Amino acid sequence: MMTDLNALTIAEARDALRRGEVTSVDLTEACLAAGQGASALNAVIHPTADLARDQARAADARIAQGDAPAMCGIPLGIKDLFCTRGVPSQAASRILDGFRPEYESTVTQQLFDAGAVMLGKLNMDEFAMGSSNETSVYGNAVNPWRRENDDTQLTPGGSSGGSASAVAADLCLAAVGTDTGGSIRQPAAFTGITGIKPTYGRCSRWGIVAFASSLDQAGPMTKSVRDAAIMLGAMCGHDPRDSTSADLPVPDFEAMLTGDIRGKVIGIPEEYRIEGMPKEISDLWADGTAMLKEAGAEIRDISLPHTKYALPAYYVIAPAEASSNLARYDGVRYGHRAQLAQGDGITEMYEKTRAEGFGAEVQRRVMVGTYVLSAGFYDAYYNRARKVRTLIKRDFDAAFAAGVDAILTPATPSAAFGLGEMTDADPVQMYLNDVFTVTVNLAGLPGISVPAGLDSRGLPLGLQLIGRPWEEGDLLNTAYALENAAGFVAKPAKWW
Amino acid sequence: MSIDLETAAKVAKLARIRVDEAALPGLAQEFNTILGFIEQLNEVDVTDVEPMTSVTPQRLKRRADVVTEGDQQARVLSNAPDAREGFFAVPKVVE
Repeated sequence: MMTDLNALTIAEARDALRRGEVTSVDLTEACLAAGQGASALNAVIHPTADLARDQARAADARIAQGDAPAMCGIPLGIKDLFCTRGVPSQAASRILDGFRPEYESTVTQQLFDAGAVMLGKLNMDEFAMGSSNETSVYGNAVNPWRRENDDTQLTPGGSSGGSASAVAADLCLAAVGTDTGGSIRQPAAFTGITGIKPTYGRCSRWGIVAFASSLDQAGPMTKSVRDAAIMLGAMCGHDPRDSTSADLPVPDFEAMLTGDIRGKVIGIPEEYRIEGMPKEISDLWADGTAMLKEAGAEIRDISLPHTKYALPAYYVIAPAEASSNLARYDGVRYGHRAQLAQGDGITEMYEKTRAEGFGAEVQRRVMVGTYVLSAGFYDAYYNRARKVRTLIKRDFDAAFAAGVDAILTPATPSAAFGLGEMTDADPVQMYLNDVFTVTVNLAGLPGISVPAGLDSRGLPLGLQLIGRPWEEGDLLNTAYALENAAGFVAKPAKWW
Repeated sequence: MSIDLETAAKVAKLARIRVDEAALPGLAQEFNTILGFIEQLNEVDVTDVEPMTSVTPQRLKRRADVVTEGDQQARVLSNAPDAREGFFAVPKVVE
């Protein structure tokens, strides 16, 4: 029996489309139906069924003519952070209520040019600020996975929580996410899927609502490493509209998936053995190390001495950049404007609009950023954090210069936790979710999360591989070897 | 460094976010938790370290200083909460 069409991987669907066994319209209808039946997951928040059907018909015509690219006819979900022409794009924030962009982000345009189909916009943390999808104006996205014999609703992670939930629940073949401190890799790990954040500059940031411009990168969230390779190739490339976009050729990432990693040097950083790491996480890490060794890689203990300072540096740099980027939400050009009282002037308009439009976590980060950039504190906080960032990148540079090809770490310090479980924790407790992923953004490196096992309660756990800059192809190949060895095939039991 | 209520109010003002007086103590406490976490950075010796300006060593590209996608007034204004006669409209700024 053929797998349900919405459960196919991109590679399987592409091959079936090319053989004429299935149409993009079939795939799209299967995904739309799955999405309609999954309101309990709250993953798809702006469905675009009419657009999807139009795009699917166009894709089928293109495939019939032959020579269609790999993404042609593939139904995708798009994180609400991407500006999509004529379609609500509000970064899960009240302040962008009603905003319908007049333009298309470069990443989504490239996917559409390749023939991909957009099923709808996906839930996320407001302005991508969060690790549990609990800061969204649309409400929580829910993880399709549950603990065994326990119907507690779990977080799909964040900030790309809707993307992770939608892919894991087969509401789409793959989804687009973004990652500023771990927002692709952490939710991928929490939902048993693959997610890659490419090298800073690989994907254009044009048309993506900005959070922290020196850290933000888009990337694919998929059901396999092969799919990540296929979709990443369609997403990246030089864009003159993003001054930090790299003018480098994009290799055929899929062609680089040989699974042969003999002689590759895999670094195991001692600083990632954090105090209080659950045994299940350290066991998984040891298992992953053994798998790569078994596949012929050389395992080498390495040191990244400034790892401990990555999170505090991030929580200066990211809010600082956010406070500057989010200054544009002033109630003048787009989105929400507060009702004003008699005699209110422009300052009251700004202050009321931003108080009503931004949620608590966004307000907190904007104000922390304002503080660390304010006169008298700029050197003590912001410049110091940027210096520490230089040291963090140097740690990686030194490891790579010594011959390390990739670095293996856990993706997250735990499996998915319950929605609401962290409500009473202070903000810093939530920030610790990104302890293994945030270094990669600060150093601008590519990082991928690969599902590698289940914990004792039946929840997925992921491992992270970190690669050399611009060597996503080599990184994906190492991830492919790890995926083959781990043999992770579990799917969440359908309850929604 | 500890944030008092006055500093919390000043930061809210600088960020142009209205915060009720009653919410200031909670806000100041959250700032202190976050800043306490950030204080760890003082342990690092950053002598002679350059602050990072760009994570990749590439030079920013330049282009000719010419209009590329101009003459789109209606599209620029299409999402404005209040646009009149081809302009963004705001409350009175100058008395």
